[in-house]
Amino acid sequence: MFALFPYSLRNLWTRRLTTVLTASGMALVVFVFAAILMLARGLEETLIQTGSTDNVIVIRKGSVSEVQSGIERGQAAIVESLPYIASGRDGKSLIVKELLVLVGLPKRDTGKISHVSIRGTQGHALLLRPQIRLIAGRLPRPGSFEMLAGSSIARRFKGGGLREELYCGMRHWQIVGIFDAGNSGFDSEIWGDADQVMQAFRRPVYSSVTFKLREVKDLDIVRRTIEEDPRLSLEAKRETLYYAEQSEMMAKFLRILGISLTVIFSLGAMIGAMITMYASVATRTAEIGTLRALGFGRRYILTAFLMESLLLGLVGGCAGLFFASFMQLLTISTINFQTFSELAFRFTLTADIALKALFFSLFMGFIGGFLPAVRASRMKIIDALRAA
Amino acid sequence: MLIVRLLFKNAFRHKFRAFLTILSITIAILAFVMLRTVIGAWYAGVEASSASRLVSRNAVSIIFPLPLSYKDRIRQVEGVRLVSYGNWFGGIYIDEKNFFANFAVEPGSYLELYPEYVLSPREREAFLKDRKAFAAGRKLAAKYGWKIGDMVTLRGTIYPGNWDFVLRAIYRGKTDSVDETQFFFHWDYLNETMKKTAPSRADEVGFYMIGVDHPDLSSTVTTTIDRTFKNSWAETLTETEKAFQQGFIAMSGAIITAIEIVSFVVIFIMLAVVANTMAMTTRERIGEYAILKTLGFGGWAIGGLIAGESVIISLCGCIAGIALAFPAAAGFKKALGMYFPIFSVETPSLVMAFIASLAVGILAAIVPIRRAIAIRIADGLRRIG
Amino acid sequence: MEEKPIIVHAEHVKKSYRRGQHIIPVLEDITLCIREGRFLALMGPSGSGKSTLLNLIAGIDRVDSGAIRVDGIDITALSETELAVWRATHVGFIFQFYNLIPVLTAYENIELPLHLMRLTAKERQLHVETALQVVNLSDRMDHYPAQLSGGEQQRVAIARALITDPAILVADEPTGDLDRRSAEDVLNLMARLNEESGKTIIMVTHDPRAAQRAQILLHLEKGVLTDADCQAPF
Repeated sequence: MFALFPYSLRNLWTRRLTTVLTASGMALVVFVFAAILMLARGLEETLIQTGSTDNVIVIRKGSVSEVQSGIERGQAAIVESLPYIASGRDGKSLIVKELLVLVGLPKRDTGKISHVSIRGTQGHALLLRPQIRLIAGRLPRPGSFEMLAGSSIARRFKGGGLREELYCGMRHWQIVGIFDAGNSGFDSEIWGDADQVMQAFRRPVYSSVTFKLREVKDLDIVRRTIEEDPRLSLEAKRETLYYAEQSEMMAKFLRILGISLTVIFSLGAMIGAMITMYASVATRTAEIGTLRALGFGRRYILTAFLMESLLLGLVGGCAGLFFASFMQLLTISTINFQTFSELAFRFTLTADIALKALFFSLFMGFIGGFLPAVRASRMKIIDALRAA
Repeated sequence: MLIVRLLFKNAFRHKFRAFLTILSITIAILAFVMLRTVIGAWYAGVEASSASRLVSRNAVSIIFPLPLSYKDRIRQVEGVRLVSYGNWFGGIYIDEKNFFANFAVEPGSYLELYPEYVLSPREREAFLKDRKAFAAGRKLAAKYGWKIGDMVTLRGTIYPGNWDFVLRAIYRGKTDSVDETQFFFHWDYLNETMKKTAPSRADEVGFYMIGVDHPDLSSTVTTTIDRTFKNSWAETLTETEKAFQQGFIAMSGAIITAIEIVSFVVIFIMLAVVANTMAMTTRERIGEYAILKTLGFGGWAIGGLIAGESVIISLCGCIAGIALAFPAAAGFKKALGMYFPIFSVETPSLVMAFIASLAVGILAAIVPIRRAIAIRIADGLRRIG
Repeated sequence: MEEKPIIVHAEHVKKSYRRGQHIIPVLEDITLCIREGRFLALMGPSGSGKSTLLNLIAGIDRVDSGAIRVDGIDITALSETELAVWRATHVGFIFQFYNLIPVLTAYENIELPLHLMRLTAKERQLHVETALQVVNLSDRMDHYPAQLSGGEQQRVAIARALITDPAILVADEPTGDLDRRSAEDVLNLMARLNEESGKTIIMVTHDPRAAQRAQILLHLEKGVLTDADCQAPF
């Protein structure tokens, strides 16, 4: 079969300006499409990486997140006494009782206030969260006003850097260490001693209790034990599930927004492709007639023109994807609608998104080129030749 | 006017292509206007808020409460006309998908502070009388088909348990910019229940709403109130309602910026399509332009013809897009009115759309004009034969 | 002289065109027999239907009634797809405006019809190079049509027409767009093909010089072929 590919390619090359303009339209659409999917994925990844599969987080029943939750000391003690908790190398249980407080802090670049999570916790919190590494300074001394700041906070907020000071809860707190929590939500938090935080903010209750399971399979038993205890009104979840749920609303919002925008934009770009292909068919009418006269069938003509518009889509898609991949250099910081606290996340490009984007651009090329290709294939030979 | 007629005829010489181009522009403009309207809706809360109302909350953290005892001390501050208070309830109606703002307020003072919520006297009285009553905005009640006397249950998240309420009043907004999707009930109902179930959480207020005698007094009143409670158990942060709303918006600033950027991307898509059409059209008619040159028409005249045609196509699409924006916005409001209580197409968006279309029309013609002017007459004439 | 077989047999062919409401008859009742190896010129005033008759014989248009047999096959009974296949192997086209594919080189244009057959790349190459030699354009094979003169383009078109060794060559005003010199070259080529290789050529033309080079001259007037029937085949 005659090589359709070079034929279509050369035809696109001959009318370079038109090809570039049409492909650009499609590239822009693919760029928006990919960028939004990358954003939603980045958000999800941030929150999924937060948490471990063998940790359980306990919050008050009915509260959607730690912020709304409240666990009294007595209740926390009951949870602490459960037999399913793993022990660390020093023999102590791997469990933390934490208080989460939202505090308004000014950003470094704009000076605008955003809500940042301050987590009052205990010293061995890092043991429960192996994905977190101390990258500068040291751990705070227990019972002191010293704090650890996540690297995202250190970068973005005034007073959050090493040896800087924060003023909140009517006290001065010194940042003595910076931790890197990778892409997870913890990177946007500041950690301090739970007892000091509780005192400073006059909150005598914890927000959550998190512990590591001795055996992962015990999750269901643990959950039932906690939820059915009449003294407690608590619920228990696998830590990864808890954080995944936190991103649900926002990720869904981003995806719906993204897809509806892209569909609308793609209509514009597809019409652009259609205009180009109709013109292409009109200009090459004599050529179509010649090919038919020589013995090439209708289906061949249809395929040749479809291939051209598919190539247009492919070029546009690759260009759009190429530029979208640069978005990975950006970090977005905004408020998570569900938890009300500051969250920083990146654009994440996955093979899945790249494939979707390319497929989408090919689809645009196909739809845009279909009707013109049909028109080309249905021409009567003598009419086409007469147009010479 | 002959020129305009000529331009129109030229633009629609190839009817199908003109139609497709205009269709593409229509879609682009429609998307543009909708996006800008969404951005406007996001800021709508700020627009609707008043400069003579203040919000006072815990300075340390927005999720911490203030004591009820502050009420009297605030009222004594000079310039304060009225004090109301409330707590964000955050209850869930059936499931998380049904999101609307619900909070407990001191009913009498709250309604006085918000004259833009209009209630019939009978419903107002019924609402004030029944402690388990709630008032809902007209849009909210319509969405769920609630009628006066209906019982509604909310599942508490901050305040656990299932809470029953009876609809006693439906308010409508005095103007279009008032949010008609709120749900508020008696603060006492919340507090009395807390006294019984979790006494340590009783007598705590989430925020104070303060009405001042005159908007000019806002800044002095805010400073005085905050000074009053500095270094006490719970420090306050007081600001005008407008500033409070703006603070929230600023936090989702990144998303808004992204939407703004995207709205301009659509303009570029439009530019690509129109430029393409003009490039093709000019190429086909290059012989004609050569003839015009032989007749003595200069570069400006030819440029004007091409640009004029391009602008006409652009503007036709713009007008169609704007015309469609109104019904589209109405439909959008119906579907997503809960998230965007105020959603209407504003004049600035339309002006921007118009300017963008004009710009696209002119820019799209640049390369074709250069080609048409540069063609040598002999080459152009040869292309006709 | 041994009589060659009849290669084109048209019987009672009628054709008319519809223009809106009106039906315009073009060919009244054509009967025509042509023997293999003939060089035939069809002449007639504008609108006489000569191009139409050529198109029908070449299989790019359909008769309203009647039958046409080419090299034994009744092409009026073939389906669209079968007709396409038939054309590829049995007809060579030469057009007034050459109708070369602008984005293909001379070599690729000539090679084009061979893609419809099952040949290896080597076999195709052999055929194309031979054809290029016949039309004397071996040194221009990598040039694009825009880089060739009118005469050269027409010679490429002739090479393309020959490449599948078709039963008949049909030419519609082959010299219509050429200057005197190039027209001479093209006509010489066609005459040579006819005399040396025995190719059957049916040519429609206005040009008396072109008509002179043909063996047989037929006149078509208002859709009627004068002096033609199959009792005395050409």
